[in-house]
Amino acid sequence: MSKAVSALGGVSHSGFVDVAEAGLRGMITLRGDLASAKMKKAVKAATGTAVPAARRIELNGDKGAAWMSPDELLILVPYEEAVATVEALEKALAGEHHLVADVSDARSVFTVKGAKASEALMKLCPVDFETLAEGEIRRTRAAQVAAAFWKSGADEFTLVSFRSVAGYVMGLLEVSARKGGEVFPA
Amino acid sequence: MLILECPCCGVKADETELQAGGEAHLKRYGPGSTDEEFDGYMFSRKNPKGVHFERWRHAYGCGKWFLAARCTATLEVFGTYPAQTKEPPADLQAKIKQKRPNWEGYK
Amino acid sequence: MSTRLQKGGRLIDRSRSMSFTFNGKKMQGYAGDTLASALLGADQMLVGRSFKYHRPRGIMSSGAEEPNALVGLGEGGRFEPNQRTTTTELFDGAVTSSQNHWPSLEFDVGAVNDKFYRFLPAGFYYKTFMFPRFAWKHVFEPVIRQSAGLGKVPHARDEDRYEYAYAFADLVIVGGGIAGLAAALAAGKQGKRVWLIEQTAHWGGRAVVDGVQIEGQDADAWVKETLEALEGMENVTLRSRTMASGLYDHGYLLMYERIADHTPGDGRPRHRLWRMRAGHIVTATGAIERPLSFAGNDIPGVMLASAVRDYVVNWAVSPGDRTVIVTNNDDAYRTALALLDAGLSVPAVVDARPEAKGDLPEAVRARGVKVLEGKGIAKVKGGKRVTGVSVCLQAGEGAELETIPCDAVAMSGGWSPVVHLWSHCGGKLNWDEKQAMFRPDPNRPATGADGEAMVTAIGSANGHLSSADVLADAHKAVGGKGAAPGAVCATEAPIMPVWIMPQGAGPALRFKMWLDPQNDVKVSDVQLAAREGYESVEHAKRYTTLGMATDQGKISNINGLAILSDSLNQAIPATGTTTFRPPYTPISMGAIAGEARGEIFQPLRKTPMHEWHETHGAHWEPVGHWRRPYCFLRTGEGVHDAVNREIRQVRNSVGLLDASTLGKILVKGPDAGKFLDMLYTNMMSTLPVGKCRYGLMCNENGFLSDDGVVVRLTEDTWLCHTTTGGADRIHGWMEDWLQCEWWDWKVYTANVTEQYAQVAIAGPNARKLLEKLGGMELTKAALPFMEWREGTLGGFRARVHRISFSGELSFEVAVPASEGRAFWDALIAAGEEFGVMPYGTEAMHIMRAEKGFIMIGDETDGTVIPQDLNLQWAISKKKEDYLGKRAQERSFMASAERWKLVGLETLDGGVIPDGAYAVAEGHNANGQRNVQGRVTSTYYSPTLDKGIAMGLVKHGPDRMGEVIDFPVDDGKVVKARIVDPVFYDKEGEKQNV
Repeated sequence: MSKAVSALGGVSHSGFVDVAEAGLRGMITLRGDLASAKMKKAVKAATGTAVPAARRIELNGDKGAAWMSPDELLILVPYEEAVATVEALEKALAGEHHLVADVSDARSVFTVKGAKASEALMKLCPVDFETLAEGEIRRTRAAQVAAAFWKSGADEFTLVSFRSVAGYVMGLLEVSARKGGEVFPA
Repeated sequence: MLILECPCCGVKADETELQAGGEAHLKRYGPGSTDEEFDGYMFSRKNPKGVHFERWRHAYGCGKWFLAARCTATLEVFGTYPAQTKEPPADLQAKIKQKRPNWEGYK
Repeated sequence: MSTRLQKGGRLIDRSRSMSFTFNGKKMQGYAGDTLASALLGADQMLVGRSFKYHRPRGIMSSGAEEPNALVGLGEGGRFEPNQRTTTTELFDGAVTSSQNHWPSLEFDVGAVNDKFYRFLPAGFYYKTFMFPRFAWKHVFEPVIRQSAGLGKVPHARDEDRYEYAYAFADLVIVGGGIAGLAAALAAGKQGKRVWLIEQTAHWGGRAVVDGVQIEGQDADAWVKETLEALEGMENVTLRSRTMASGLYDHGYLLMYERIADHTPGDGRPRHRLWRMRAGHIVTATGAIERPLSFAGNDIPGVMLASAVRDYVVNWAVSPGDRTVIVTNNDDAYRTALALLDAGLSVPAVVDARPEAKGDLPEAVRARGVKVLEGKGIAKVKGGKRVTGVSVCLQAGEGAELETIPCDAVAMSGGWSPVVHLWSHCGGKLNWDEKQAMFRPDPNRPATGADGEAMVTAIGSANGHLSSADVLADAHKAVGGKGAAPGAVCATEAPIMPVWIMPQGAGPALRFKMWLDPQNDVKVSDVQLAAREGYESVEHAKRYTTLGMATDQGKISNINGLAILSDSLNQAIPATGTTTFRPPYTPISMGAIAGEARGEIFQPLRKTPMHEWHETHGAHWEPVGHWRRPYCFLRTGEGVHDAVNREIRQVRNSVGLLDASTLGKILVKGPDAGKFLDMLYTNMMSTLPVGKCRYGLMCNENGFLSDDGVVVRLTEDTWLCHTTTGGADRIHGWMEDWLQCEWWDWKVYTANVTEQYAQVAIAGPNARKLLEKLGGMELTKAALPFMEWREGTLGGFRARVHRISFSGELSFEVAVPASEGRAFWDALIAAGEEFGVMPYGTEAMHIMRAEKGFIMIGDETDGTVIPQDLNLQWAISKKKEDYLGKRAQERSFMASAERWKLVGLETLDGGVIPDGAYAVAEGHNANGQRNVQGRVTSTYYSPTLDKGIAMGLVKHGPDRMGEVIDFPVDDGKVVKARIVDPVFYDKEGEKQNV
């Protein structure tokens, strides 16, 4: 029984870059002492990655760990594995002050794909894309709402927003990616 | 439209990513305090033309509060530092004193 | 007459003809034309009427400073008024119309104002329309509104799209003239991230028109070569058609790119507003020529000298066959040379200086043109066109020496550096006596975040008027290596400041000397303002309107303040300038709005069930950025009926409320209990696992800030529910205390509001409905009132809370948001036999009011403490401290005189208007009736079939049964009895079954 649906049902638009809602993704807020041995072990077990350094995202296939703040990570797993991962993290961190919360259903995920992907995002986010490092996750705003994104491929960004504003974010991306709106036309 | 570097994540944040929180280093007065103490805590705020210490939150970024020292007249930023600080760091105070010799100092 | 020349025109492409219309008349121009050059090419000298006197107005300049030649451009969804013809690129099919006239440009009734100019001086409006008082609203204002204003407001929805773009650079150079190009080249070679922007479509600025030699070649060739070099640098970005609109703190530069103004409808955004963060800004914004103040200087055909040669050289348009040049400096002689080169006639150069012997005047003399030294123009002859000038002694009163027939006048009063950007963020100016100009003071620049200079002015914008100086200045300013590009140009003799021509002009002439042709401000107006005491330049500006509106006085300000200074007998720097404020030239409203219009004007937050609501008659209510159904309308049903139906359904059977918007915040850690005890007025640390407790939060000033049910999830984890609007605020509030005050407490929070879809299932049949889904035991014994359980309901992972805001048997069920819609559908299906229906926020509000439950924002307004609402039961007496406790101990918070919550019942069963005040005996010091209370919530209760209300009343709880008066509209008084605020099921039997 597949009762779980993403906010926009995977809608996509094609402009000078392609924008799409990427569907459900397992996401877990993990707060605690990022330097502790238990934390490192727990993250490794959950994602196969190290605890990311400040503003970094460590990716491992369909799993990953992103640095959100000095005491918070975002753990990425396939949607179906979120509940089990929450339990595993809880168990692994038992006895140490921490917080684990499944936020898979509180988020929407988008991809912005194409050689000029950053040209769509630079209309919305006060971020210097030229100095954005490989493997960096940037928490910022997209127009009027909170968002986070990282480079998820050679010509691709993955952007995460709150679920309730998914329609708004898709509206922003669609209009920003419309043909003719290339910021640096060839 | 300020830019402040968040000491918690290192992002040079545009003011639109930030939330202002007023004067820094206030001491909370709760039950047992005198009316004067509570009044000072609740209502009396510095409003200097010059060096000022403020609270800011990197609201659209890492979500952390931090503190900033800046000049309210020229908007020069002397430095930012973590919120978990009882008073401005000594080296920051020295730097400000050097740049603003007439500054009466913190407090 | 103005005309298109047979040859030349460096910017036009004669092989690409373009047609356009002006006031319906079809005209032709070429690709590369501006609207202004095309109009002049078609001999359209008269292009508009002035604002106040409706005087005939022609094109005066060739750039952003144009005061007169504004037109309405486009049609329908692309119509925009006040477009400067001088900066609008011509495109095929352009539709343009002139402004400020009725019924036609050629014949304008309003021009009668011109005949009465003596009666319409500065401050006329302020003086004239004062009395009688009633006349302003009924007579003057309607008439003035009819005739005032620049252009017409567009009515159709804008068809274009607009956008922002954020950018970052080490150095932004504003202005693509030779100064900007040289600076960009030098900075680019240093590897800096450089942007060079130019407001027009073309690079090179004035030098290319003036025929300057740079590095041994024509300026044109040097510009081309330099551009190629810059284009080859990866670290340099070039943008033409991009104007620096304003400079703000910390290098924040707004840049306005006109992407598709010249190609409307081609699918590109029309404008882009760049939000640039620049490490440093170089203003290479050039200079603007000043007019001279002589009588009739506003007649079509009188133009700036530089504009005249721009039109000839750039667009092969001659403003006249015979052009008289009038000047106080050498530069204007270049116009004479350009006209002569184009084969046009220059009957004379009228030079106000006693002697004109520099290289340029001599070159002009050598071409056989007569140079009249020490002379001025007494007045220009003509009406809608220039027919001649009357020449006089500059040192005299205007006695005519001779009349020179001509059809154009090219004037030059000297140059003013464009210091707007330099000044926007606090850069200061010095008066340069020798060059008669304000120029940037390099010792007082605008400073940035590091306290160092954030702006450098270079070239003409820095007061350098010769090309050689301009290039040297530009190269040096950016730390260029090696020698600056060299330029060869004529040496110029000094300017002689001339603020009135002739010097001794009497009132008759001064009445016709325009300072600000856009706003119809004359020399006489500024002198009048000074006489009437408007001595501050800012006051004089507002009194006379000098320098207002679309051009912001780009050509008029310096002349105006010189006249003001003269009238006040003080030096020009003592008068100073008005404040330079962004935008430099007007920018479109669309660019300011960016993408934020239509569906994405603002974020709209949607619950997982939003779409279902939308297709089932939801009548929306905005709650923060959420939209919540106020009620669900059925076909043919009114809002009131729908609300009553929904309430009856809940009271009699079962209804569903989408409560997903309620804030949900996890609070976890060894110190979480201690923390929540500080946050809430009541004890949360003692709440047993498995139970729920209603809690109140106050701010440090003691006032109620939020409320909600707190759930103890585990030994060290609580889930705090907040109001819909409070989620982000309360989460921020928690983090503030944890990060900034109690940072050694071990507590983590997480805002999980959107993780869950939450549904209230309320009504006597609520349990039956949920039991149909199955999976959890929900009996009173298994799940008593104010407890919660986790489990599976109908296959959904669910947390079920036995809490009630309606007073009925009620379950609030949280499921993962992604499954929210499926869960809702399952509830609707299972509830069919109970006639289940959703209910909206209004039904919720009324039901809570029937139960006497308070609502944050209704019963509270930021001045209400919990004690006012008889919520003492929710305030712990055991706690030493909680946020707001100290404030509530203040004497006036404990006063028995505070208004307290009561119920109110009208004597006639009607509904009291919301917000009504109850009056008391006597009057206050202002002669107003004393008051003793006010209504905070008021509704018609379908359950009780009468009006019910809650309110705050002085000594209210001690006055049960008393009747008080609420005066309402039209002198009526509603009488209401003070009663217990719980109207329905006082014992709470219905919710606890």
